[in-house]
Amino acid sequence: MDFRLTDDQRALRQGVRDLLEGRFGREALRAALDRADGTGATGGRAGGGGATGGRGETGATGGGGAEGRGAAAAPVGGGGGAEGGRAAGVPVDGGGAAGAVADGSGATGAPAGGGGAGRSAGGGRVLDRELWRALGAAGFFALRLPEAAGGVGLGLPETVLAFEEAGRVLLPGPLIATHLAAGTVPGAATGEVVVTAADGGLVEWLDEADVVLGDTGGAEPLAPVDPLTPLHRLPAREGPVHRLPARGGTPHRWPAPGGPRDARTPDRLLVSLLTAAEQLGSAARTCETAVQHARTREQFGRPIGAFQAVQHLCADMLARLETARAAVYAASVTADPADVAAARLLADEAAVRGARDCLQVHGGMGFTWESDVHLHLKRAWTRTHRAGGGTQSEEELAEDLLAGTA
Amino acid sequence: MDLGLTVEEEEFRARLRTWLAGVLPTLPPKPSPHDWPARRAYDLGWQRRLYDAGYAGLHWPVDAGGRGATPTQHLLFLEETEKAGAPYVGANFVGLLHAGPTIASEGSAEQRARWLPPVLRGEEVWCQGFSEPDAGSDLAALRTRARRDGDDYVVSGSKIWTSHAEVADWCELLVRTDPDARRHAGITWLAMPMDAPGITVRPLRTLAGSTEFAEVFLDEVRVPAANRVGAENDGWRVTMVTLSYERGTAFVGEVVACRRVLSEVAREARRNGRWDDAVLRRRLGRLNAEFRALWRLTQWNVSEAQGTGGVPGTGGSVFKLRYSHARQELFDAAAEVLGPESLDLGREWTLDRLSSLSYTIAAGTSQIQRNIVAERILGLPRGR
Ligand SMILES: Cc1cc2nc3c(=O)[nH]c(=O)nc-3n(C[C@H](O)[C@H](O)[C@H](O)COP(=O)(O)OP(=O)(O)OC[C@H]3O[C@@H](n4cnc5c(N)ncnc54)[C@H](O)[C@@H]3O)c2cc1C
Repeated sequence: MDFRLTDDQRALRQGVRDLLEGRFGREALRAALDRADGTGATGGRAGGGGATGGRGETGATGGGGAEGRGAAAAPVGGGGGAEGGRAAGVPVDGGGAAGAVADGSGATGAPAGGGGAGRSAGGGRVLDRELWRALGAAGFFALRLPEAAGGVGLGLPETVLAFEEAGRVLLPGPLIATHLAAGTVPGAATGEVVVTAADGGLVEWLDEADVVLGDTGGAEPLAPVDPLTPLHRLPAREGPVHRLPARGGTPHRWPAPGGPRDARTPDRLLVSLLTAAEQLGSAARTCETAVQHARTREQFGRPIGAFQAVQHLCADMLARLETARAAVYAASVTADPADVAAARLLADEAAVRGARDCLQVHGGMGFTWESDVHLHLKRAWTRTHRAGGGTQSEEELAEDLLAGTA
Repeated sequence: MDLGLTVEEEEFRARLRTWLAGVLPTLPPKPSPHDWPARRAYDLGWQRRLYDAGYAGLHWPVDAGGRGATPTQHLLFLEETEKAGAPYVGANFVGLLHAGPTIASEGSAEQRARWLPPVLRGEEVWCQGFSEPDAGSDLAALRTRARRDGDDYVVSGSKIWTSHAEVADWCELLVRTDPDARRHAGITWLAMPMDAPGITVRPLRTLAGSTEFAEVFLDEVRVPAANRVGAENDGWRVTMVTLSYERGTAFVGEVVACRRVLSEVAREARRNGRWDDAVLRRRLGRLNAEFRALWRLTQWNVSEAQGTGGVPGTGGSVFKLRYSHARQELFDAAAEVLGPESLDLGREWTLDRLSSLSYTIAAGTSQIQRNIVAERILGLPRGR
């Protein structure tokens, strides 16, 4: 047993981090926010003012050196792999397999296209297609696709590391749905096609996706609390009651995308785990941001981080983060549904409470639109509503106790 | 991220399981928790069996009499012994987890030869005389004085909360040898024989009704200078070298045990109807998540230790903080499942609930763990 990251995994994580910092640094985040907000890039909001500039540094994304870092994308996809995927024209069985992606609910592979009908507040398109294609070229969506199918051929642990990085920088878009569609929906793997999917009573990015999986009939737009996640609500339907799959003697294995699907590891488990990975990244970022601020902001003649009340907020953030990290990484290895449920509960908690505590440490500045803290909190709230959140995982884990596998 | 076992690790576990299956039925019945001499005999007897089978001091270095096992093997050992229902380390705690490792890493060759084999063979019990009435969290404020007189130190003062003092042969004692030096600088580490003249042990009753710890009064107790480990006035460093061990793997078996208890609590809830309460059910589900994660965190910390030659990292503080809280939550939830029966001391979980209250205090309070996390891991400025 050696739970630590391998050198390759570290390199991959660094590669994704460099890629995302170059392609989606703080300025890009704020620009996307301005587009979503419909305000256009006003100097103040984009980070002109003194106070904002200082916070930008705190955010640690740094922004600078975008081009150079973008080039460092190689470790993610080995470039060639992604190119190969494009050349091979990816999968054959688009329609039928897409049904499986949508968890059996009968896919409507309908391109959404068209204008902004139903979009809530905000002006132009928010999703940056160029960024999306860059992610595709770097292999972000094809990470688990076998090399033979033009993918990167990596496993779920690596995918979890990549999604953690996405969560750190609040990368917008239906990342998980597109990743899961790689290999079944043509163009998803390369980032040419944006895929979203109905998830419980909600669907993210409905108007901007090219392909929508699942039944989204009667979708009604919400004014989304997270400005960077457009949301539609779906009418209540008779949904299947999810129970933990029966246990056999053999260990669970994550299915390779595009391959035969194992009934015991349905997509909703993958959605839950990758959501947990994003939450983890967000929790890591808010913890770092809070600590950085606590070190530098002075009151009563010393850094606020010297006050024990502030120290203990930060210590608890780290304790939640590290416990969640152990759970998320382990679930990516074991593929055990109860491990996934545990990972999800702890990661949701680490992200939501981490963002709140980070806000508290920032004082009045934490309550402003200018700060990024609210974006982390709002995104974390949004993610908790994806498949496998809250009650669902708690009930599954309660059942698991009776099953005696705990 | 490899959670699988190597061939050697599999073999190690298989051998251990076979041995446990054979030896556990031969153990005498568990003694009453109030009969200390019997408890001592029982705990030492178990240690002796471990020694004879080659499992004593598994992770200690070979030149200290240990087996030089990897942290993973040690983890497997702790996991498997707990799962099989083997006795807990009990009265051997300080000898195996603190004083022993301290002597192994800081003691002279003669000191190792004198003190380590009896710990491994289950012949001598150690206790820890650190805390004092006015020095708890602020351990460096300790005032018990030791003055040099010929070949001896003459020690006067008092220690408190000393676990197992009643049945200990030796005490790892922190004393002040230089009252004029800065607080941390004037402290020395001594091995004090508990039968020396001038020692009075007064057992203290815990809120659970038993006498787990004691006050130890020291009146001109002569301790040979040869019993000093490390240099005079260097005792603080000597102590800190191994304090992290206490938080590293000390609770591994307990996490395994807590997961078993949690399943039992769920089954009890199903039996008595409380399972229909969705709020309670979900609370148990969340505890399942917590203990699963704590187990993974343990594996994570052990893997990290593998990379540092077995020295537990700072992850121990994060673990201790979460675990002590989770343990209290577990027995609070058990009490909710039991309902009025949770007021019955005849129920095992009622006593466990009481003893769980010490977890956020002993071995560094939760507040102190947060201070450590904030200042040493997160690098926040030192508080006051
Ligand atoms: C069951 C049990 C077994 C024990 N066994 C042993 C043993 O074998 N040997 C031994 O030497 N000791 C032993 N101890 C003692 C234990 O280490 C101390 O109780 C512990 O370190 C706390 O010290 P204290 O009791 O003096 O509390 P105090 O230090 O007085 O603390 C009281 C309260 O103040 C808080 N506090 C103190 N300082 C700070 C600070 N800087 N910041 C924030 N909050 C603070 C604490 O968190 C606590 O809530 C044992 C304790 C228990 C409960």
